[in-house]
Amino acid sequence: MPDGHNNINSGDHLEFEEKIADLDRQMGELRKLSSTKGIDYSAEIRKLRQKQVAELKRIYSNLAAWQTVQVARHPKRPILSDYLNLMVKDFRELHGDKCHGDDRAIVTGLGHIGREKVLVVGQNKGRNTKEKVTCNFGCPNPEGYRKALAKMKFAEKFKIPVVTLIDTPGAHPGIGAEERGQAQAIAANLARMSLLRVPIVCVVIGEGGSGGALGIGVGDRLAVLEFAYYSVISPEGCAAILWRDGSQAPAAAEALKLTARHLLKLELIDAVIPEPLGGAHRNIHDTVYNVEKYIVRTLRDLKRTKIENLLENRYRKLRLIGSSPTEKLRRRTQAGRERIKAAVEAVTSKTKKIPAKV
Amino acid sequence: MAEQTKSKWNGFSLRPRKEMPEGLWMRCPKCEHMLYRSAVEKNLNVCPECSHHFRIEAATRINYLVDEGSFQETLPDMTTHDPLGFKFRGTTYKQRLKADEKKSGATEAMRIGKAFIMGRGIILAVMEPNFLMGSMGCVVGEKLCAAVDMAAEQKLPLVVVSCSGGARMHEGVVSLAQMAKTSAAVARFGQAGGLFISVLTDPTTGGVTASFAMLGDCTIAEPGALIGFAGPRTIAETIKVELPEGFQTAEFMLEHGFVDMIVHRKNLRNEIARLIDYCQT
Ligand SMILES: [Zn+2]
Repeated sequence: MPDGHNNINSGDHLEFEEKIADLDRQMGELRKLSSTKGIDYSAEIRKLRQKQVAELKRIYSNLAAWQTVQVARHPKRPILSDYLNLMVKDFRELHGDKCHGDDRAIVTGLGHIGREKVLVVGQNKGRNTKEKVTCNFGCPNPEGYRKALAKMKFAEKFKIPVVTLIDTPGAHPGIGAEERGQAQAIAANLARMSLLRVPIVCVVIGEGGSGGALGIGVGDRLAVLEFAYYSVISPEGCAAILWRDGSQAPAAAEALKLTARHLLKLELIDAVIPEPLGGAHRNIHDTVYNVEKYIVRTLRDLKRTKIENLLENRYRKLRLIGSSPTEKLRRRTQAGRERIKAAVEAVTSKTKKIPAKV
Repeated sequence: MAEQTKSKWNGFSLRPRKEMPEGLWMRCPKCEHMLYRSAVEKNLNVCPECSHHFRIEAATRINYLVDEGSFQETLPDMTTHDPLGFKFRGTTYKQRLKADEKKSGATEAMRIGKAFIMGRGIILAVMEPNFLMGSMGCVVGEKLCAAVDMAAEQKLPLVVVSCSGGARMHEGVVSLAQMAKTSAAVARFGQAGGLFISVLTDPTTGGVTASFAMLGDCTIAEPGALIGFAGPRTIAETIKVELPEGFQTAEFMLEHGFVDMIVHRKNLRNEIARLIDYCQT
C-alpha cells in the first residue's frame, strides 16, 4: 500500500459508488493488459484515475445521511486497532474491571499520542470474524464501561489526560448485560466523567451508537470524523418505531440529523475531523493522521486551562445543550459581558491576565 | 398459543397500557380479576387482589405522594423548541406533541416543583407516562436540572419519580445529551452533599435508567415495575432466546443489586420520609 492507500477490492464498493467501481474495473483491465501484452497504458490509466478522483469528490461532497451511515460501517474502515497501531506509541494495555471480567469491546491502556502521555479508552469492533466475535462486534457489556471508569480514575490520580475513541453500534442488549446493570454502568460513567479532574477528548471514529457511545463520550471536547455518525438510536430502530417500517432507515437517518456536519451546525459537537477523499477506508494513514493532529492540538489547548475552569466549562457546555435558544443567547451574552468586565478590570488594575474565551 | 404470547408481551409493552378503560368495572391484567373501579382508585390504583401496581399519570402520583395541596409547580409551561425540526411519516414532531398534549392534558413528560412529604420539604420531579411515553427530550433534561438546582439552593432533598420509555428520538442527539447533562447535574448535587432519592416505577427504561434514575443515593422501586436498559423486545429480537420469567422487574433488579428497596405504593410516603430523617440530622 504505497502512500497509505488502502486496497479497495471489487466487493468493497458501496451501492452509491457504481461509477467508481466501474472505473476501478477499467483500470484493472488496463493494468492486466499492460502486464500481459507489454503495452504501456499508463496515460490512459492516469486519465481514468483523474476521472475517478473527480467522481469521488462529487459523490463525497454531497453524501446523504444514510450513505454516511454506510461509510461509517464500511468493513474496511479503520477501527480502534488501526489507531492503536499507527497513532499510539508504546501502548500498554490495561485489562479488566477488577470486578467481573475483561470486556474486549472496550480497550483501555496507557500510551503516547504525539508527545502527550494519555490514557486511551476505545471501542473495538474487530477486523476478521474471529476478532469480531471476541469483541462482540463493538457492543460493550457493563464490565467494559466499568473497566473504562476504573482506568479513568487511575488516570485522574496521576493526572494523565484521557482520549476516548468511540465506535459502537450500541451497548449490548442481552440478558447478562441487564443482570450486571448495563444502565447503572453507563449512568455511573456519565456522572463520574463529568467530574473527572483531567482533560478528556472524545472522538467518534465510526459509529456513535446511542448510550453505548455516550458511556465513554462525556468530556471537554467531542469531535466526529467527517463520515462517522452519532445518533440517539440506529436509523433502522428509529424507522421501525416511528415509520413502523425498518426499510425506511434512509428517511430516519436524514431526520435524525446524525452526520458530523449536521451535529456541528446544531452545536452538539466541537469539531469535524476531515477524512481523505472517498472516506476513511480509502486511506487509513491519512485518517489516523488527521485524528492524531486533532487530539494533539486539542490536548495542548486543554492542558493550558486550570482544571477548575475546565470542569466548569465542561459542565456549562452540557447544561447549554437543549436549553431554549433564547436561554442560550441570554447565557452567552451574560458570559460575554462577564468576560468584557473582567478584561476591563484586568486592564484597569494593570494585571496582564485576560481571561480566555469560554 | 398466539393468544398466550400476546398476553405475555403485554406485560412488557412500553406503549401506555389501556388498563383503565371507561366504565364501572375493569380487569386486572395480572390476576385477571374483575375489579370495581372505585375500589381500585381508593386503593391508590393498586389491585386489591394481587397488588398489581397500575400505571398512573403524574398528577395522580403527586396527589398520592405529597401532603395535600403542598405541591408548588415550577416551569409548568416549558415546551420544546423542536431542535431538529423533526418530520416523519407525513407528520411532524410538533403535531405529535400537540396530539399528546390534548390526549394527556400534560404539556411535557415531567413536572417539577417544591412539595412536602409528611411535613418534610422536598423538591419533587415526576415523570408523565402519557406524554410521548415519558421520553426524555430537552424539556425533561432542563426541568430535571432545574429541580437539581432548586434542591441545591434550598438545601432540600431531591425526589425523582421516573417513568419513561427512554430518550426521545425526535430530538436526536439533543435528547441523548440530556443523559449526560442530567447525570452531571446529579453528580454535582451529590458532591455538594445533597440527598437524591430515586423512585423507579413501571416502566423505567433506556436513557432515563442509564442516567439520573440509576444515580440516586437511594433507589426505591415499585413492585413489579419494568426496569432496564434495553427494552425486552429488543433483547429478545437481538439474542433470539426466550427471556426468563420476571426478567427486568423491580424484583429482578433488587436480586441483582441495583435497587435498595421495593416499596408498596401505600408505604412510599412513609419510607421516603424515614429516609430523609435518617439522612438529615
Ligand atoms: Zn390483580
